[in-house]
Amino acid sequence: MLLIPCPYCGPRPELEFRHAGEAHVVRDPSLSSDAAWGAFLYARSNTRGVIAERWRHASGCGRFFNCLRDTVSDNILQTYKTGEPRPDLALDAATRRQLGDVAPDQSVAATEAAR
Amino acid sequence: MAEASTVLRRLSPLATQNTVSIGFLPPMTRITLRGEPDAARRVGEVFRAELSPDPLRANAAGARAALWLGPDEWLLLAPEQAGLAASIEAACDREHGCVIDVSHRQVGIEVRGTAGATVLNAGCPLNLDLKAFPVGMCTRTVLAKADIVLWRREPELFHVECWRSFAPYVLGVLKQASRDCGF
Repeated sequence: MLLIPCPYCGPRPELEFRHAGEAHVVRDPSLSSDAAWGAFLYARSNTRGVIAERWRHASGCGRFFNCLRDTVSDNILQTYKTGEPRPDLALDAATRRQLGDVAPDQSVAATEAAR
Repeated sequence: MAEASTVLRRLSPLATQNTVSIGFLPPMTRITLRGEPDAARRVGEVFRAELSPDPLRANAAGARAALWLGPDEWLLLAPEQAGLAASIEAACDREHGCVIDVSHRQVGIEVRGTAGATVLNAGCPLNLDLKAFPVGMCTRTVLAKADIVLWRREPELFHVECWRSFAPYVLGVLKQASRDCGF
């Protein structure tokens, strides 16, 4: 079971949490076209690697918070309160390897080479 | 894998004299407060038990207790008393907080005994070791498929709060777990 560090309650079992989509999606009031509105509603970055997400400690303090998670290894790197800017994670190559995280271009190249 | 003798020592009531008793608590007055620290302070004065801003802490004063549930959310427990919610609401300016009487929404269950933590851990994934979950700690969490509020009042006494409609399920899960532990 994953332990997710809630910024208010500390590390807690994943059963208590609900995922709530990508974080830092900001509505631009100047959006005028249907296409731009549709993109705001539905288009997400679908990142391979570290992504900022909203999570809610639903069966705990009930608060929303943001979380940096690696979509490749499912490692949760950092959590921070809603409203705070996304932390700049400067991960060195060794840490990235340890996390099982590889840059997308490298992995594509490796897959191509394997073929 | 644990040796059979270890498991028996841990689980058998005859081997360790472990005990557990589970039962519903009598009706009580329950009030939730959502509000800013100022509102919490004012409510604490009327409630005669401080609403602690410290996370995951319950502050018990006599038969009354204020449980921290979130950064701006507390659950107040008191013996049955008509008019308590109204007096607290009067003390808490509506602009800064929200007081709701939830006495009949929830049911209290008491889990008492040396094997209480073991029985709760059948459905609750938290670490209930005395070091990780000390006396006075409280939190909302899960028990099997139900949301509960768990509060350790004494080393071997847990207070479980669950919603009324979940009460038969929660009690059933706890009773089954205690049977599985050999009680």
